[in-house]
Amino acid sequence: MLLKDEVEMLRRITLFAGLPPAKLKLLAFTSDRVLYGAGESLFHQGDIGDAAYVILSGKADVLVSTSTGPVKVAEVEENSIIGEIAILCNTPRTATITTTTPLEALRIRKDDFLKLLADFPEMAVEIMRVLADRLSQTTSELTEARSRAQRVEA
Amino acid sequence: METHLSRYIWTHTRKQQLWILLVVALSMIPYFLSFDLPKQIVNGPIQGDGFETPGATQPFMPISFDLPIVGHVDLFSGFELGRQGTLLALSLVFLVLVIVNGLFKFYINTYKGRLGERLLRRIRFELIDRILRFPPNHLKRVKPAEIATMVKDEVEPMGGFTGDAFVQPALLGGQALTALFFILLQNFWLGFVAALVVALQAIIIPRMRKRLLVLGRERQLTARQLSGRVSEIVDGIHTIRGHDTSNYERADIAARLGYIFKIRYDLYQWKFLVKFLNNFLAQVTPFLFYSIGGYLALQGRLDIGQLVAVIGAYKDLPGPLKELIDWDQARQDVQVKYTQVVEQFSVEPLIDPKVQEVSVEPAPQLSGALAAVNLSLADDGGAKLIEHVSLQIHPGETVAITGGTGSGGEALAEAFGRLTWPASGRIVVGDNDIREVPEAVIGRRISYASSEVYTFQGSLGDNLLYGLKHAPLTEVVYEGDRAAHRRWELLEAKLAGNPSLDINSDWIDYAAAGATGPEDLFAKVRAVLDVVLLTNDVLALAVRSTMDPVEHADFAGEIVDMRGALRRRLEDEKLSDLVVFFEPGSYNIEATVGENLLFGTVTDRARWEQALENHPFFKTVLKRAGLHEAFYEMGLEIAENVVELFRDLPPDHPFFQQLTFMTSDEIPVYEGLLQRLRGRPLEEVSEDDAIRIIRLCFGYIETRHRFGLLSDKLMTKIVEARSEFSDGLPADLMGIIEHYEPNRYMASASIIDNVLFGRIGHKHTDGSDKIRAIVRDLFESLGLDGKVLAFGLDFDVGAGGKRLTAGQRQKLNLARTLMRISDFYVFNQPLLALDQRTQDRITRNVFAFLRDENRNPAIVWVISNPALSELFDRVAHFENGRLSKDETAQTPAKDSDYKELAS
Repeated sequence: MLLKDEVEMLRRITLFAGLPPAKLKLLAFTSDRVLYGAGESLFHQGDIGDAAYVILSGKADVLVSTSTGPVKVAEVEENSIIGEIAILCNTPRTATITTTTPLEALRIRKDDFLKLLADFPEMAVEIMRVLADRLSQTTSELTEARSRAQRVEA
Repeated sequence: METHLSRYIWTHTRKQQLWILLVVALSMIPYFLSFDLPKQIVNGPIQGDGFETPGATQPFMPISFDLPIVGHVDLFSGFELGRQGTLLALSLVFLVLVIVNGLFKFYINTYKGRLGERLLRRIRFELIDRILRFPPNHLKRVKPAEIATMVKDEVEPMGGFTGDAFVQPALLGGQALTALFFILLQNFWLGFVAALVVALQAIIIPRMRKRLLVLGRERQLTARQLSGRVSEIVDGIHTIRGHDTSNYERADIAARLGYIFKIRYDLYQWKFLVKFLNNFLAQVTPFLFYSIGGYLALQGRLDIGQLVAVIGAYKDLPGPLKELIDWDQARQDVQVKYTQVVEQFSVEPLIDPKVQEVSVEPAPQLSGALAAVNLSLADDGGAKLIEHVSLQIHPGETVAITGGTGSGGEALAEAFGRLTWPASGRIVVGDNDIREVPEAVIGRRISYASSEVYTFQGSLGDNLLYGLKHAPLTEVVYEGDRAAHRRWELLEAKLAGNPSLDINSDWIDYAAAGATGPEDLFAKVRAVLDVVLLTNDVLALAVRSTMDPVEHADFAGEIVDMRGALRRRLEDEKLSDLVVFFEPGSYNIEATVGENLLFGTVTDRARWEQALENHPFFKTVLKRAGLHEAFYEMGLEIAENVVELFRDLPPDHPFFQQLTFMTSDEIPVYEGLLQRLRGRPLEEVSEDDAIRIIRLCFGYIETRHRFGLLSDKLMTKIVEARSEFSDGLPADLMGIIEHYEPNRYMASASIIDNVLFGRIGHKHTDGSDKIRAIVRDLFESLGLDGKVLAFGLDFDVGAGGKRLTAGQRQKLNLARTLMRISDFYVFNQPLLALDQRTQDRITRNVFAFLRDENRNPAIVWVISNPALSELFDRVAHFENGRLSKDETAQTPAKDSDYKELAS
């Protein structure tokens, strides 16, 4: 896959949709193209976050380790971005990403990503929107889980 | 320390001073003889005194003198010589005297110089010895750079002064007194006047100079502070820039420099005022002679001959007097410096020298418990860190200290490590206060590690073994010249009061590491590195280093042999796509176009760039291979892409780090170049422009840059052109390129590159980790890991260990502690720079390691993760500086309790 194809892929991701093509190309150029086989991990929960990934093709599971072992909380597929929280907040990875199919991704290093955010505020706003979306989704899931738990207790 | 420099010098150089005084007195004889001789030469043979008649002779060198009672004694009547003969003889005597005087001067100066240098060595050593014995709280207050300037610069003039300390005043004083005495003999009153002025000078000038001394002291103090500030700026440069306080620093420095200027200018003014007064007083005496003496002579009360003699004699007075006053100034100056330095180094209580005495004996095992008895610790401000804590750690016991930052646990651990001294109470081991037990016992049997690490400049291995270097354990046998040199060293050390410990001896205490010698020490190093999870880092450092294949021919051969093994291994593990190997007959997609074309690496970048531009060889070969045009087109594409990508970025943008083709300032150059060249055929392009475009191709890697510029056909052409570069390389380009040869070690490449003999694919994000693991495994299976590790131990860690990461430094520090067999290990959160998971792993490893081999040392560990307390026998919990809980750790029954509840 060439640089210009990657640009096409990036354009399809909401987060980057608003960026001018030249900047997308620069983003693609400064990132590494990485390849994983099925069953490999992009990163582990608890690692120090040093990069975000844009999945170009393939699928992966989002796993969170609990006292009873890893629990799958979500699935990600092409055109999604993962791992951006750890590099935004400087926290350890909150989940483990394990591929279920061969996967190709663009690895955006932390410094480059932050630099882009600083250069393009519209991207920062977009990030905020995505995060807010996720938060509201998580909150509604939590509410649902709580009420279910109450029902069980009752 | 002695507070008076003169007394200090006298105590240490008494004999030498007396000797040099004697020699100086002796040297006066030929000195005065040589004064008289010119007169004799001029009056005698030249003007003809005593040679009035032709053929007259005079006795040369008669030895005769008058003695009371005996009368005239004639020992030798001399040679009878003619006028010319006498001239020659007297001139020769003059020459001899010149040489003798010169030799005396030479001897005296070297002797004084040596005396001074020895004293300088003694003072410096004494100061550093004191630093080594400073109490801990004082060390927190001093600035290293200031102390260093004192030891290095401020004591230096004292060495120069030493030789003159007693000789100069004796000599000059003697001269001045002689002159004065002579004047007094001629005429009492004129002599009295001269003596009065001299006395005036001797009283007033030193008093005026007092102020000079005060200013000098201030100057020294401010200069020292300035050097402290400068080093602070250098150390804290990132903090300064990070907070945008550089202008505050500028203001501070400017203010200091202004103050220093003021002091120095004051100093000049005052100094020259004193000089003026001094000169005036010296000149006013002849005025008195002329006026009063002349008046007396006119009145006939003074003989004119006497007056002339007095004035003549007075000429000899100001010279020595001035030098004497200068000497006194120098004396006061060095005395001030000396007092300053001594004040800084007179710290009480210093550690008793007995505590740090060298001991080559193995330290006895500590049998008693390590205990804090009613211990209180305070910080510099006097705030209590812990209060009235009593805690006993029995031999073999493991105690976790919990409570988190500021609770007092860390302070207690520091006190155990002797980093702080108790404000009240004691720390004892057995029945003895640990400050009184020799460090040869405490320092070896109690090991302390915290997160504050000091790594000395040197190799990683040196740092690892640093904790074993207590005493010179072997007697080095020197032979021939080296033996003579060693004897000299010992003698000089003794004369300067330095210890005679031999730095070349083997200082490593193998027994203290549980080894018998250098051979089996390595196993221990290995084990310790494994415990602190540093082995991988060291191996990584090792494989990234280069090696001289001539010096290590065997190892180089073994590495070349590994290439095949690595391939088989990768094939077995179905990881063949991880590395793209260099094959003479095929294009390596992960390597640059340049590497592929040359099939080698450029070893001399500067010469290569030059050759590329000027040497006809490249152009002809490219043309012949049909690559000239293709490369030009490719270069244009690269330039277009790069300019498009980077055009808008500011020159300091971090993205430029990823740009390998050109630097940020070349972007506009290429932008202009492109505008000129776009759409024009190659024939119309000037040679220079074409080269500038073509050279872009050499750094291109298709898989990395992904511009889509390499076709199969082009790759084949490049591979075909290889032989031209390897076989046809002209003689003047030899040595620029090191060719890839499957059976040869490449000196310019790192060890790992030599093993791989290829490039790691870009597509695998953890490709290099995987490869490193495989290579490490291979090294192990081939039994080469020891050799590789040895290269890693040679890695130079840089000043303060700056070439290592903070985590690596802390691991190294912990490893250094573990190298030594001790009875008590005190760990004060030694791994703060690492993430929690690694910290936990290393903690468990350390426990397993220290509990191994039937050893049972006590472990005190300040832990931040309470989950680890299950490893320990006891948990001491601190809150607000008090020991709030001290209980035996619960047996890990929690799990089962929980399960019971759950069921």
